[in-house]
Amino acid sequence: MHRLLAIVPAYNEAAAIAATIDDIRRKAPGWDVLVVDDGSTDNTAGRATTTGARVIRHPFNLGIGGAVQSGYLFALENGYDYAVQVDGDGQHDAGYLPEMLGRLQSSQDLNMVTGSRFLAEDREGYRSSAPRRLGIRAFSWILSRITGRAITDPTSGLRMTDRHGIELFARDYPHDYPEVEAVLLLHAHKLRAEEIPVRMRPRTTGRSSITSSVSVIYMTKVLLAVFVGLFRTRPNVDPGDNAAVSAEASL
Amino acid sequence: MDLRLQLVAIAVSGALFLFVFELVRRRRLMERYALLWLFSTGVLLALAVWTNALEGISGAVGVAYAPSALFAVAFGFMLVLLLHFSLVISRLTDQSKVLAQHVGQLREKVDELTAEASERDGAPREDDRQPLARAGGERS
Repeated sequence: MHRLLAIVPAYNEAAAIAATIDDIRRKAPGWDVLVVDDGSTDNTAGRATTTGARVIRHPFNLGIGGAVQSGYLFALENGYDYAVQVDGDGQHDAGYLPEMLGRLQSSQDLNMVTGSRFLAEDREGYRSSAPRRLGIRAFSWILSRITGRAITDPTSGLRMTDRHGIELFARDYPHDYPEVEAVLLLHAHKLRAEEIPVRMRPRTTGRSSITSSVSVIYMTKVLLAVFVGLFRTRPNVDPGDNAAVSAEASL
Repeated sequence: MDLRLQLVAIAVSGALFLFVFELVRRRRLMERYALLWLFSTGVLLALAVWTNALEGISGAVGVAYAPSALFAVAFGFMLVLLLHFSLVISRLTDQSKVLAQHVGQLREKVDELTAEASERDGAPREDDRQPLARAGGERS
């Protein structure tokens, strides 16, 4: 029996978190639920605890990258075989988890499955706002060029990885707006990812972590990271390498 | 602008730009802190190469000697970078305070649980709370 962990990063999602956990419990009963409360100032952790989910509470807000990596660290430490990220705001439908898991398990050399909003033919469901779609389109074009595979939804936070992915992400995960860079990280480690079509729901409560004023800075930052990444011969950290962030060998 | 001076300005700002880029590539400098550096060195490099723009700026603000304007722009960027660092340090200070407080709370809870557990085991042990090991020191 494989051990399965659903990582639910949440920042001020007290209104939606219980329903999100309940959704996972009902539609994907084999999955343990871990909520990573990323320094919420509302009762997110309390609501999550009353549902019986495991909860990691960050003493302050680290951002989505730090929250998700906390989850992968937990998965690594506790010997989970598969981990999936499900946003705490209820945008992701847990009904897709069995299908994603089946896909991961049925193909030997597949390491990550992402739910893409833009693969579905019917164009229904939530597909983000127009300006964001433009940004997503740009990243999707760049990433598809770099990886040589079609990547239609590089910012999707609904992604499931196997043990290799867990080990990689626990060791090294990008900071802000990490989904795009994580795709490249996998590619640099020669791990394979695939997308399946999903529909997402618009968020009903709470606020997105990415507001329009900072999204331009984020995009620039991610573009820089993607660009610099092209010049890295050994881009990332493998087992036995020096740590990604090390006090040794600094100026 | 004197050609020699221009070459020096180009070499210095160009070298700084490449150095910052190399630091990011080696993952010693995070992208989010590199953006401001790359932006300022990039602008300085552009002004050093494209002297017309530099002369335009110095003319507009009434600087008689164009290279001084380059110096002033560089100084402006320094101020912004320093302010940026102060902001970052403030945030880090606050975060490390919060971290220390949370470690303190957790430690108290662990001590409490350990004490409860040893009471339950029936073996009345001495208080095995130990002072925190100092950095670099050994725990006894």
